[in-house]
Amino acid sequence: MSRIEVQHLVKDFGGRAAVNDVSFAVERGALCVLLGPSGCGKSTTLRLIAGLEEPTAGRIVIEGRDITRLPAKDRRIAMVFQSYALFPHLTVAQNIVFGLEVRRVARAEREARLRKVAELVGLSDYLARKPGQLSGGQRQRVALARAIVSEQPVCLMDEPLSNLDAKLRQEMRVEIRALQQRLGMTMIYVTHDQVEAMTMADQVILMKDGVIEQAGTPAELYQAPATMFAARFVGAPAMNLIEAAGAAAAVVTGVRAEDMRLLPPTGNGADAEVASVEYLGADTIVGLRRGGGEPILVRVPGRAAARIGERAALAWDPAHEHRFDRASGRRLEPGR
Amino acid sequence: MRRPAHEEERAGKSVRLARLLPRRTSVEAWLLLLPSVVLLATFAHVPIVATLIDSFYSTPRRNRPSHFVGLDNYQDMIADPIFWKALTNNLIYALGTIPASIAIALAMALFVNSRLPGRALLRMAYFTPTVLPMIAVANIWLFFYTPGYGLLDQIAALFGGHTTNWLGSQQTALGAIMVVTVWKEAGFFMIFYLAALQQIPPDLREAAAIEGASRFAFFRRVTWPLLMPVTLFILVNAVINAFRTIDHIFMMTGGGPDNATNVLLFHIYEVGFKFWDQGAATALTIVLLAILGLLALAQFVIAGRKVHYQ
Repeated sequence: MSRIEVQHLVKDFGGRAAVNDVSFAVERGALCVLLGPSGCGKSTTLRLIAGLEEPTAGRIVIEGRDITRLPAKDRRIAMVFQSYALFPHLTVAQNIVFGLEVRRVARAEREARLRKVAELVGLSDYLARKPGQLSGGQRQRVALARAIVSEQPVCLMDEPLSNLDAKLRQEMRVEIRALQQRLGMTMIYVTHDQVEAMTMADQVILMKDGVIEQAGTPAELYQAPATMFAARFVGAPAMNLIEAAGAAAAVVTGVRAEDMRLLPPTGNGADAEVASVEYLGADTIVGLRRGGGEPILVRVPGRAAARIGERAALAWDPAHEHRFDRASGRRLEPGR
Repeated sequence: MRRPAHEEERAGKSVRLARLLPRRTSVEAWLLLLPSVVLLATFAHVPIVATLIDSFYSTPRRNRPSHFVGLDNYQDMIADPIFWKALTNNLIYALGTIPASIAIALAMALFVNSRLPGRALLRMAYFTPTVLPMIAVANIWLFFYTPGYGLLDQIAALFGGHTTNWLGSQQTALGAIMVVTVWKEAGFFMIFYLAALQQIPPDLREAAAIEGASRFAFFRRVTWPLLMPVTLFILVNAVINAFRTIDHIFMMTGGGPDNATNVLLFHIYEVGFKFWDQGAATALTIVLLAILGLLALAQFVIAGRKVHYQ
């Protein structure tokens, strides 16, 4: 049975559909990532589920209960905001138990839950501080604690890590995922960062221009992107899309950087010129240019010998090809 | 690595120089402060001290120059029933106008801060009384209050009421003056509240809504505390204004009838510049300054502890 069901959700902002007929379901205890570039409607979808916006059409059902028209407070959800939305005049402890207080939870229980959650997120020593005296990472933890302490079955997260530095972001990714699994929360997590989606999600919903581009597990999105957009958006570096000329021009061939090989130049017109070399430690991303257009990226294990300006030939196993229809952008054959 | 001797010597010199540096920078600081210190001293601090000294001297007369009288001026003041009447009136005036104008200002700010059509027009309308000079305001209200053909009486006549001499009656004159003050001040204070309300991030409201807070709970727990610095600022200003602004009293009642609208500053003006009693006027001025100073201090000490500054 689905925990959260979103059915044909539409949200119009003055004639422009920010969310256009979006439907998906999130299983109980799963972490679902809404992924997409800015303006794709992922945050609006989240805000519709949270009850911060009124949908133009469609239904939202949580655990069999239609919550489409319910006020936010009655939806039994918790939410972490991108800005954290902490109350600046309240201490960490007051911030965390704010919801329990306005919902008139007894003092003894409030204290007990506060202590448990503060320990869980590592804030026990900071309870008397004001948000202004905390680092970005600690503020993030307060926001997280406030969401957890409410013990709501559903937790919504709106780009919670976007204000943190890279190292902290990686730590929090692991931590949030571990907490979500340990507490058995059903979570909808909005991000524009495909790494967060790949590493955290049970299920990824990739959105573009208000519609779902592809929904599936991270592996499905990576191994069998349904569209050219999905192919480019998921995975780093983005998938190479090679446009053929002549009779095959209607088909675009996609090959991931790690599925490509560099070979010695053959001397014919198919050779490419090395335009960039990015050494990452474990491997190197070599960019090659063939005529105009986007450079083709090749992942070479270890340190590549290639130098900028050299010529090389490209090769790949046809089994690793992804083929897309150029006009519609859709995948042509079923996934591997 | 060992340093050559002359280098160590130079290091010692620079330490001595560094000790001198703070003094040099403080000279620069004083120079920068000088213009405002001079202006403040000339027009505020020196006159206050001079007034304090004058209040211990008698009023100079043609044949009898001023001489030291100690606390005589203060004793006369305490014995004067008009002083007590003015002080009482002033307290009623302050207690009546300050909470009312702050409450109305906050209500108007909350109202025009919400999403509603034509709110820019509404904001302007609320602010208009502030833009008008007090003299003009007093004249407008003088017309409202005029017995017989004034606006209030005309409205009263529509409903079969009788004429009221709002400004000419002991019972209503002070109240009528206070209404004018609230009308004038509320719009001004609203601007500060409105600015402060727009500083509150909208996602706080959203977070509170998800946490289950009602609109009232959000106001009580979040909005009101976050507005405290502004409220303190407004309160200090309102208190000072309550003792300072008397333009409309000049225009509308002249302190009457029978001192019903006489307040401290108006009393000082009459004693000082109508009766030319310098000794009594300076003593009254010192009392007024002391009241204002103590009130401001009390507000900062009491409220300052509870105010959260971002």
